[in-house]
Amino acid sequence: MSEPVSDQQYVRFVDVKKSYDQRSLVVKNFNLDIRKGEFVTLLGPSGSGKTTCLMMLAGFEDVTSGHILVNGQAITNVAPYNRNIGMVFQHYALFPHMTVAENLAYPLVVRKLPKEEIKRRVAESLALVELDSFGKRYPGHLSGGQKQRVALARSLIFEPSIVLMDEPLGALDKNLREQMQLEIKRLHESIGFTAIYVTHDQTEALTMSDRIAVFNDGVVQQCAAPDVLYERPENAFVADFIGENNHLSGKVLNRAQGLAKVELSDGSVVTGQAMDCPETGEACVLAVRPENLFIQSDKHSFENSIEAEFITRLYVGDFIRYFFKLRDKTELMVKVLNDHDAPSITAGAPTKLTWSVNDGLAFNPPPSS
Amino acid sequence: MNNNSLSVEEILESKRLLNRKKRLLLLFTLPLLVFIFITFISPIATMLYRSVYHPTVSQLIPLSLAELKNWDEAGDALPPSAALQQFAIELQDLSKQRLSGKLAEEVNRLKPGSSSLIKSSARKLKKTTLEELQENGDSVLLSYSKKWHNIDLWRAVKRAGQPFTDSYYLTTFDLKRNPAGEIEQRDTQIYLKLYWKSLKIAIYITLLTALLAYPLAYYLATAPSKIANRLMVLVLLPFWTSLLVRTTSWIAILQTNGVLNSSLQSLGLIDEPFELLYTQAATIIAMTHILLPFMILPLYSVMKNIDPSYLRAALSLGARPIPAFIKIYLPMTVPGVSAGALLVFIISIGYYITPAIVGGTDGQMISNIIAFHMQSSNNWELAAALGSLLLALIIALYWIYDRLVGVNNIKLG
Ligand SMILES: Nc1ncnc2c1ncn2[C@@H]1O[C@H](COP(=O)(O)OP(=O)(O)O)[C@@H](O)[C@H]1O
Ligand SMILES: [Mg+2]
Repeated sequence: MSEPVSDQQYVRFVDVKKSYDQRSLVVKNFNLDIRKGEFVTLLGPSGSGKTTCLMMLAGFEDVTSGHILVNGQAITNVAPYNRNIGMVFQHYALFPHMTVAENLAYPLVVRKLPKEEIKRRVAESLALVELDSFGKRYPGHLSGGQKQRVALARSLIFEPSIVLMDEPLGALDKNLREQMQLEIKRLHESIGFTAIYVTHDQTEALTMSDRIAVFNDGVVQQCAAPDVLYERPENAFVADFIGENNHLSGKVLNRAQGLAKVELSDGSVVTGQAMDCPETGEACVLAVRPENLFIQSDKHSFENSIEAEFITRLYVGDFIRYFFKLRDKTELMVKVLNDHDAPSITAGAPTKLTWSVNDGLAFNPPPSS
Repeated sequence: MNNNSLSVEEILESKRLLNRKKRLLLLFTLPLLVFIFITFISPIATMLYRSVYHPTVSQLIPLSLAELKNWDEAGDALPPSAALQQFAIELQDLSKQRLSGKLAEEVNRLKPGSSSLIKSSARKLKKTTLEELQENGDSVLLSYSKKWHNIDLWRAVKRAGQPFTDSYYLTTFDLKRNPAGEIEQRDTQIYLKLYWKSLKIAIYITLLTALLAYPLAYYLATAPSKIANRLMVLVLLPFWTSLLVRTTSWIAILQTNGVLNSSLQSLGLIDEPFELLYTQAATIIAMTHILLPFMILPLYSVMKNIDPSYLRAALSLGARPIPAFIKIYLPMTVPGVSAGALLVFIISIGYYITPAIVGGTDGQMISNIIAFHMQSSNNWELAAALGSLLLALIIALYWIYDRLVGVNNIKLG
C-alpha cells in the first residue's frame, strides 16, 4: 500500500470475514470505506455481527480473513494498546475503584505525560462534558447519563483519531438518550474525530449518522445516508428495518424503466418502483410507508388505488393510525397527521386507499416470509 | 383530618399488621434458632464457663474454706486453729470416701510436692477418731509433718478452693502464680509458641492457596463455559471424597519411600530421600491442597462477574496488558481474594485432622493440643481456656481485617 491514501478511505474494511468457531461465519465479506471525520453507524438486529466488527477494528478479536486498514496501514498485527482508537463501551467500563478524574487521567498516565499537563487536560475534559465539579466522585456515585459522559470524555481525552461506540446509550432511558445523542453529535462536530457507532435503534441511527450500514446476518444490506436509506431502501429487509412499512404481497406482471406492474394478492393491479424486483411472473412484495398511504378523497388521489375495509383507529397524539383490511385479510396501516383533515370513518365502511407510483417499492420477498 | 394523611388509628393498625408479619417470619426461623442455640451457642458458652469455673476443691472441703476466708494469707501467720481443725476433719472424711487423692492432685498443681503430704496425712487421719479431731485436730495435723507449718501450702489450699479461677488462662499465656499469688513466667514456653506457630502456618497456607488459586480462578472465569464447567467439577471433586482419605493419601506421597521421593530419586535429582512426612511442611502442603477450593470458589465467582470490557477499556486507552491487569483487574478481585483468604485463614488456624495425621510433632497446631487436653490429659478446663483464646484470637483478627479491608468488601458469590 504505497499509493497516497485519500481521506475518503481513512478506515477500510476489505473483504473482512470472521468466524468464532472456524465453521460458521459471523461476519461475511464485510466491505466498508469510511471518510475521515465521518460519523458512520452500524445498524442491525442483535446478533448480526456489529460488535464483532467493532472489536476487530479495536483489536480485541482476530480477523479470520481480509484486511482492516487505517490511513492506508494494515492494522491487523498492531496490538490494541498501540492502535490509538478510543472506545466507549455499552456499560461504560469506568474503573469503579478510581475517581472520575483518575479514570480520565488513566490514558494520559500510561502515556507518561507530565503531571501538570494531565491535570490541565482532565480539567478541560471535565469541562467539555459539563461535569466540572465531579472529578473527585467515584463512578458508582454518578447517574447513568453522567457515567456516559465520563466514558465519552475518557475515550476522547487522549485525542484518538477514531472513536468506536458500542451501543453507548443502550442503558439510558428515552429522554436521556435523546439528550446524549445531541451531546455526542456536538462533540463529534466540534472535535472532528471519525466515529463508528453501533446501535440497534434505527431512530438513533437516522438522527446521528452521516451514513448508516445496515447489518443483517453478518452482511451489510445497504450502506447509505439516512434519507437514502429511508426513501430508497435496496431490499425488503432494509425497508422493514428502517421505519415502518406496509407489505403487500403480489406477483410481478411486468418490469420496464425501473417500474414494476404488480398484481396484489387481492387481485388489484398497481405500479411501483422496481428495487431488487424479481423477474416477471415471480412473487414479490410491495412496500408502502404508512405516511405515504392516503385515504382517497378529493384532496388525496394518486395513480394507485385499492379497496379496503376500515377496522379501527389508534390515537397516538401528533398523528393517528388507521387500520384497514384488504379483501384477502392483509392488514394495512395509514398514518394521518392529527389536523383538521383527519377523517372519521365508521368501522366496516368500505374505503379506497391511494398512493403514488414513487412511494410503492417492489422487492424480492425476504427469505423468511 | 384531611384525606391525604393517615389517621392515628390507621397508622397503629398498619404497624400492628407489619409486626405480625415480622413475628410470623421469626416463627419460621425458630427451629433453626433453637437448633443453633443447642448445638452451637450453648457449647461455646459452656466452654467459656468451664475455662474459668473449677469447683472441685470448693466442693471437697467447703467448711474449711469457709473458715479460711477470714484468714489473711498475706500475713505470715498460720490459719487459725479452727480452720486447721475443720480441715483435718474434712480430710479424714475425704480419706474415708477415697477422695483425698483428688484434693491432693488439685493442691499439688499450685504447690508442687504437696500431693504426697496430703495423701499420707489422709491415711494417718483415717486411723484417728472423729472425737479426737474435734478436740484438737489442728495439733494432730500439724504433728504429722512439719510441711503443714508451711504457710505457702495453706495459701495454695485457699487459692485452690476458689471456684472461679484465672489459672487456666494464665497457663495458656505460659504464666502462673507463684505461691505468693503474683503472676510470673513459666519456665517452659509452650502455648504462646504454639499459637504463634499456628498463626504462621495459617498465614503460609493462606498465601499459598491465594497464589495457586488466583491464576486458576482467572483461567476458569475466562475459559469457554464448556471447559470451565468441566474443570469446575475437578475443583469440587475433593468435596466428594473423605477428608481422611485425602489427608492419608498425602502420607503415601510424602513418606520417605513414597511417591514423591522415589520419583525424584529415580529421576536422579536427589540422592537421599527428603524427610517430608511428619513435618511442618507436610502440614502446610496437605492443608493447602485441602483448602484450595475455599480460595478458588469465591475468587471464581468474583472474577466471573467482572465484565471483560474493563480490561479491554484499559487496553484501548493505551495500557499494556500487564500494567492494565495490575492496575485495573487486580483491584477488582480484592473482594474475592479477601473472602477466600478469610475463609482459608479461619478454617486453617483451627484445623485438627490434617496436622494430627501428617504433621508429626513439628507440624502440630493449637487444635491438636486442645484435643490432647480433652482426650489424654483430661484437663478440660485448660482445653476450654485454650479454645476460648483461639476464639478470641480469631475474633480479634477478624476485627483487624474489618478495619483494614472492610468486611463489606467481601464477596462470596
Ligand atoms: N466471543 C464469542 N464467541 C463466540 N461467538 C460469539 C462471540 N461473540 C459473539 N459471538 C456470536 O457472534 C454473533 C454476532 O455477535 P455480535 O457481534 O455481538 O452481534 P451484535 O453486536 O450485532 O449484537 C452472535 O451470534 C454471537 O452469538
Ligand atoms: Mg453487540
